Amino acid sequence: MAVRRVAPPKLQPKDFAFTAENLDWAKKQVTKYPEGRQQSAIIPLLWRAQEQNGGWLPEAAIRAVADFLGMAHIRALEVATFYTMFLLEPCGKKAHVQVCGTTPCRLRGADAIFEVCHKRIHHEPLHVSADGDFSWEEVECLGACVNAPVVLIWNDTYEDLTAESIEKVLDGFAKGAPVKPGPQIDRQMSAPVGGPTTLKSVKA
Amino acid sequence: MAKIIVDGIEVDVPPEYTLLQAAEAAGSEIPRFCYHERLSIAGNCRMCLVELVGAPKPIASCAWGVRDCRPGPNGEPPQVRTKTPMVRKAREGVMEFLLINHPLDCPICDQGGECDLQDQAMAYGVDSSRYAENKRAVEDKYIGPLVKTIMNRCIHCTRCIRFSAEVAGVPELGATGRGEDMEITTYLEQAMSSELQGNVVDLCPVGALTSKPYAFAARPWELTKTESIDVMDALGSAIRVDTRGREVMRILPRVNDDVNEEWISDKTRHVVDGLRTQRLDQPYIRQNGRLLPASWAAAFEAISAKIKATRPERIGAVAGDLAAVEEMFALKDLMTRLGAASLDCRQDGAALDPKNGRASYIFNPTVAGIEQADALLIVGSNPRREAAVLNARIRKRWRMGKFPIAVIGENADLTYAYDYLGAGSDTLAELAAGRHGFAETLKNAERPMILIGMGALARPDGAAVAALAAKAAAELGVVKDGWNGYAVLHTAASRVGALDIGFVPGAGGKSAADMTKAGASDVLFLLGADEIDVPPGAFVIYIGTHGDQGAHRADVILPGATYTEKSGLYVNTEGRPQIGSRANFPPGEAREDWAILRALSDVLGHKLPYDSLAQLRQALFMAHPHLQRIGEIAPGDAADVRKLAGQGGASEKAPFRSPVEDFYFTNPIARASAVMAECSTLAEGRSLSAAE
Amino acid sequence: MLDDKDRIFKNLYGQGDFGLEGARSRGSWDGTKAILEKGRDAIVAEVKASGLRGRGGAGFPTGVKWSFMPKAVGDRPHYLVVNADESEPGTCKDREIMRNDPHLLVEGCLIAGRAMDCRAGYIYVRGEFIRERERLQAAIDQAYDAKLLGKDNVHGYDFDLYVHHGAGAYICGEEMALLESLEGKKGMPRLKPPFPANMGLYGCPTTVNNVESIAVVPDIMRRGAAWFAGIGRTNNTGTKLFCISGHVEKPCTVEEAMGIPLRELIDTHCGGVRGGWDNLLAVIPGGSSMPVIPAGSSGCDDLLMDFDGCAKHKSALGTAAVIVMDKSTDIIRAFARIAYFYKHESCGQCTPCREGMGWMWRVLTRMADGRAEKREIDMLFDVTKQIEGHTICAFGDGAAWPVQGLIRHFRPEIERRIDEYTRNSDAHGAIRVAAE
Repeated sequence: MAVRRVAPPKLQPKDFAFTAENLDWAKKQVTKYPEGRQQSAIIPLLWRAQEQNGGWLPEAAIRAVADFLGMAHIRALEVATFYTMFLLEPCGKKAHVQVCGTTPCRLRGADAIFEVCHKRIHHEPLHVSADGDFSWEEVECLGACVNAPVVLIWNDTYEDLTAESIEKVLDGFAKGAPVKPGPQIDRQMSAPVGGPTTLKSVKA
Repeated sequence: MAKIIVDGIEVDVPPEYTLLQAAEAAGSEIPRFCYHERLSIAGNCRMCLVELVGAPKPIASCAWGVRDCRPGPNGEPPQVRTKTPMVRKAREGVMEFLLINHPLDCPICDQGGECDLQDQAMAYGVDSSRYAENKRAVEDKYIGPLVKTIMNRCIHCTRCIRFSAEVAGVPELGATGRGEDMEITTYLEQAMSSELQGNVVDLCPVGALTSKPYAFAARPWELTKTESIDVMDALGSAIRVDTRGREVMRILPRVNDDVNEEWISDKTRHVVDGLRTQRLDQPYIRQNGRLLPASWAAAFEAISAKIKATRPERIGAVAGDLAAVEEMFALKDLMTRLGAASLDCRQDGAALDPKNGRASYIFNPTVAGIEQADALLIVGSNPRREAAVLNARIRKRWRMGKFPIAVIGENADLTYAYDYLGAGSDTLAELAAGRHGFAETLKNAERPMILIGMGALARPDGAAVAALAAKAAAELGVVKDGWNGYAVLHTAASRVGALDIGFVPGAGGKSAADMTKAGASDVLFLLGADEIDVPPGAFVIYIGTHGDQGAHRADVILPGATYTEKSGLYVNTEGRPQIGSRANFPPGEAREDWAILRALSDVLGHKLPYDSLAQLRQALFMAHPHLQRIGEIAPGDAADVRKLAGQGGASEKAPFRSPVEDFYFTNPIARASAVMAECSTLAEGRSLSAAE
Repeated sequence: MLDDKDRIFKNLYGQGDFGLEGARSRGSWDGTKAILEKGRDAIVAEVKASGLRGRGGAGFPTGVKWSFMPKAVGDRPHYLVVNADESEPGTCKDREIMRNDPHLLVEGCLIAGRAMDCRAGYIYVRGEFIRERERLQAAIDQAYDAKLLGKDNVHGYDFDLYVHHGAGAYICGEEMALLESLEGKKGMPRLKPPFPANMGLYGCPTTVNNVESIAVVPDIMRRGAAWFAGIGRTNNTGTKLFCISGHVEKPCTVEEAMGIPLRELIDTHCGGVRGGWDNLLAVIPGGSSMPVIPAGSSGCDDLLMDFDGCAKHKSALGTAAVIVMDKSTDIIRAFARIAYFYKHESCGQCTPCREGMGWMWRVLTRMADGRAEKREIDMLFDVTKQIEGHTICAFGDGAAWPVQGLIRHFRPEIERRIDEYTRNSDAHGAIRVAAE
């Protein structure tokens, strides 16, 4: 993990405000926590702000969320820089590819996925491709180790990848028609390839 | 009390003690970086690891309570060991980790010589490093004009973060990122805005946060350290003045739990450059409208000629905010000998009068007493600007909980939550009459306080407001058996001492306001009084230190000594007499103020009967015995507050306004300081952008 | 092999409906009211008797943990917090519960809540599990709609359940860090004591349990402690989700009895080790924090997959995430990557972890190339010992153990690589860059 800072001013939007719908949602989030504990909602709110802003979190949003929750700005900045899913710099418009690089994925060929990202998107992580559509980064364990190698794009994981299938996944995003998430081989979720060895007697 | 054995020595300590405190009680020193008595426990540096017999791992003694320890199988007291190989190894390990990314720049580090890391590395570290990788490089951050950062040196103890969030109450510092990339910073490197921010430099155990104005100025071992008392506000914080040769290099806090604990405000700490600039270093006489340098003899002659030609009723004297008791005593003595009764220490016109009794003008519950109080009403004061360290004490009490606070006056950010009741005396009147919800709160409290400031008293109807506040105090149980919660917060360091010695108009004498009416006086002594306008006509003799307002108006200037340049007695807002020692000498021909008055008295033919400061003090203590009990408060009589309540009077509707508009510019020394000017500009910018 | 009738996670692979309908058909929400009416002490006693040990890694008996909560509710409410911050490399079991059988967890929360007099529960889901938390929320919404949860529910025990999420921080799986994160702060572990049962979420009595620990509770209550305790060995009872990743033919997540031999687990469910059992180099039995166990007669051959079985080999069951490595594995690089993981995820709060993680990673990275000196192997081991046991939370231990395991079992490989590098660089006349 490198030093995490907010993006330089030239990339920052001047201000940020939740859409009416998101504002409503944010107000509801706060009610999940006891009175006076609204700060608890900061991660969900920052996350919603990031989604609203096309996948990255601008500085103005950190301030806006802090003000909404009545927190000191620095406390919100601490949270935004501590949790690595908050992207502090602009990412690809069509897909930001988070490639799991932890040992279980590496054991099953994550290196090939990285190679595709290097070649196809950018030789450096967290840099937007020339056309502005893609970016990638190496992330730590995504929690789908039996389906390694794995990438997370927006809200979905793409699993059991190979150099060929990640290309297809990326093609899908490029065309605006993403492939079906989950295993990219013939496989029922986390069951062994070829069908489950257990639960055969249990009716679905 | 609980028994515990530390390194074989059994001690009896309160069960809420931590093992670290217990070990200290048993005489075992425990190294630490993150732990600080006055901050919350972080337990993150891991330097204080000790062995608790029965525990599988070494434990952080700063965070482990004595009551958390289990007794032995037969009920023996728990045993802690701080000198075993296990503990030594643990400390060496932690020290090695702290040093692997710490730069080897001690020779150019301002912390050098007073660095916890240096000292503890010597005591608890090993002699060499096994770390062969590159050291971490961390960008320095801008966090304001007072604190310089060299972030490579940071050991992430988070003392500074905890201080700003807990004590200062302005949560501006934080640690961004995580792991080895964690960095201490303010939000996007904005300047800190707390009036107490300088304390983070003292708290920083390494050289990551150092004093910017003092950068590369001196080494601790070349400094002469003198214990003194601060005069930037009426709190009388305990300070240490560090000098090299004739020059004050820096000012640091001393511990005084009764007053300032171990904090001082930024003005107290960083006014240092103001002690050097704009100084009056020789006498001046105004000739043809221009002030020209003169000899002491010529200056005294000019004064003598003028005084001898003036009737005593036309002579007056005003004492300024920074004057020590000794010189005011001498000036009063001289005025009496001249037959002049027009004396005043209240250049702001505050309605405070010694004849109403001491309880009417001191902070009766005492500063430490704030922690015993259980409700507080603030009237016409902004304690954050008027006495920042005292405000931190209020905040400390507030953080303990169950401490309702209400304010009548300015609705400002005081770093704690309060009920805003209203702006002026009508609200106070309602409250005194019991027609306000908070009246009930005060009544139900065991030890309620009313803090009344100069914003309420230093105005034409001040006496009526004081009476109203006293009435509220009397009616609402603020003054009761064993507790006097009527607290006057002064803004001038000299004020209580001056009131104690009766530096107020004698029989037939004029007040400061009357003396300075057009044509009211022919000769006026201004003893460092820089916050008062003297109209044309009067002959002004200014005894002071800086080329400020008083000097500009003066006809004769007699250059005096600042508070670091003389031994002086000051009585703080609680009525606590304290003595500051001389740390350096006044510049050029400037002299200590009492000595100037003594010399002048001789020329005037009314020689004051003391040849030394000791003799002066003897006379002073003879006249006012309570002043010789240094550090002890002679309590006021609660009956005086009740008497004050009966005085009545008509008050005006105008809102209370704190006299301290700009925290950084309250006196001539601060106004001469470039550092204070920079802070003031920043503060102004903040309030402008906040108003937007 | 565990009989299907003894399986708790019947929709593990999402063959059926994850929702309320499907869950009911699999036996969930059956007689919940009667279970709750048994009362707090009876539930705790039953869970204690089942021998259930926490499934999050440390293996602390769940019933005992519950009994630490104050006996009566004072002026502070009690909270149940479910740790669904599943981030330990190799571990992906809670994911399957949340997306395929969330009602097991929801019902478990209600029962656990009753057992500790909690009126509210928070499930802290790791930020990356976006679809999983949508599923979980959907299940909770169904339960609310069916009046199974919330105020005035059919069970007569008011209980609110909320889903909360993180945003990418492994450390939030540590219970004290999780509580900090849930309070809207950085996930920096708090000091213990005070323990959460006394001062947890918002300063109130709190118990933090793993998803799987809670999800098996309804079945324990329905089928009885004896049934659960009858599976596996003494002190290692019940069924367990195993995630087998790495170099096996068919990686998968599967529910098995505790104490199943490693070889049986791999051969039965994963189609064996890639290239055969003899091609096995080593396994990490319980997620990346646990020490590696090498192949062979004194290692993997007789390894029983439960707490005691792994402890016998100086490792631990952890989350039962088995990472299998065959002989093609660059074992040093694999552990250098694990060290990088810990460096990346260290919260940075306390000294040994903040400074030690980067040191270990840098040395291991050099060792993977052979760019090191042999004496540095002992130094590295010493550094891990300086971290272990000296930190605020167990993260430091979990990062130190894998490196210790590597050195314990693969020192010859490290030395061989150093020799090889030295030889080659000399041959090319290169300057040694051991200490870069």
